[in-house]
Amino acid sequence: MSEMVGWLDRLVKAVNEDPHLTQRGRHVDCLMLVDTGATQHLLDIRRGRIESLSHGPFVMPRWDLALRAPLDEWLAFWAPLPAPGHHDVFALIKRRVLRVEGNLHPFMANLFYFKAVLAAPRPAQPMPADIAGALQ
Amino acid sequence: MSARFEPITGRYLHLDIEGVPHRVYVEEAGQGIPLLCLHTAGSDTRQFRGVMNDARVRERFRVIAFDMPWHGKSSPPAGWQNDEYRLTTRGYAAQVLAICEALELERPVVMGCSIGGRIVLQLALDHPRRFRAAIGLQSGAHVDPYYDVSWLHRPDVHGGEVCAGVVSGLIGPNAPDAERWETLWHYMQGGPGVFKGDLYFYKIDGDIREKIAAIDTSLCPLYLLSGEYDYSCTPAETLDFAARVPGAQATIMSGLGHFPMSEDPQRFLSYLHPVLDRIR
Repeated sequence: MSEMVGWLDRLVKAVNEDPHLTQRGRHVDCLMLVDTGATQHLLDIRRGRIESLSHGPFVMPRWDLALRAPLDEWLAFWAPLPAPGHHDVFALIKRRVLRVEGNLHPFMANLFYFKAVLAAPRPAQPMPADIAGALQ
Repeated sequence: MSARFEPITGRYLHLDIEGVPHRVYVEEAGQGIPLLCLHTAGSDTRQFRGVMNDARVRERFRVIAFDMPWHGKSSPPAGWQNDEYRLTTRGYAAQVLAICEALELERPVVMGCSIGGRIVLQLALDHPRRFRAAIGLQSGAHVDPYYDVSWLHRPDVHGGEVCAGVVSGLIGPNAPDAERWETLWHYMQGGPGVFKGDLYFYKIDGDIREKIAAIDTSLCPLYLLSGEYDYSCTPAETLDFAARVPGAQATIMSGLGHFPMSEDPQRFLSYLHPVLDRIR
């Protein structure tokens, strides 16, 4: 199965264990499809918690919101310190490598929530070299 | 922590802009060469708190910033409720020139970020003798639309949340948390439709790609400082721009994004000082 499964498991755990984030998303009820082109994954979000994660292929998927980007883009987005252009979903949208489709109202009305959910599996950032140097 | 005042003072200035009376909030700190600072779309002068609070800047510069009408503590003009706010090149330039005149600033340095970075290009082009130098932060000649701006102003989406949400990724990933969220708070406090109205200038009316080569940097030196993580005005666009304007000097600021002076003031100052040192 795709590398995405591990990353999305990590995403679900990080979101559901973050009370500030689930509180921020308390008005979000949404079926969100994540599509790499090769694999599809469906997250069922209820009141800010991710109630289920299922993996395709799906015969007749039903979703409110679909995010489509190649696997490489997701992996670069989840790097501990992502490179410029890979660090935010809007940066991906601007580079035309991520498409957000469907009912955009919950996405835009809860943009901080969705940005945090999508970034949730990203490992903690290493301290930048210049700051680490200054502290030594 | 003992209580203290910052060296910044703020006052309200009454003046006419394009024949319309306005009440504009103006802050300043320091003495010397006037350095007029222009904030980004949908924000206000608080973005320049780090520059104004910097003792080294204040030694040689009288730093001035104003909240554009409709922003921060500057109200919209009377009758605003019947208007859709839309910033234009002409209106924005008129604001800056009216402030310079009202405060009797003698050949100020003009430094602006984002929309402010765009208008300094227009001012350098049209009024090079009125400015000692222009400093463009996140200055681009044009930005292609990359999202539907109508989301920024509609009654079923909270304007403050969505405006801040849209710009949040423009901040560099290692910006200090307190400064990052301070920067976003300014966006959360913007009036309805104001950020969207500013973007009319940024994305549509203020396209000056065809004119920039005519900027005469021998009359008005032009310095461009751009953050590495800005995907609205990218480093590549800044460098391309500098290559097309003879004499323009561009620096890419490592780790910074679209709001350098506000998202990480100390890191930004390390790039600003060498530029200010060259201005006499």
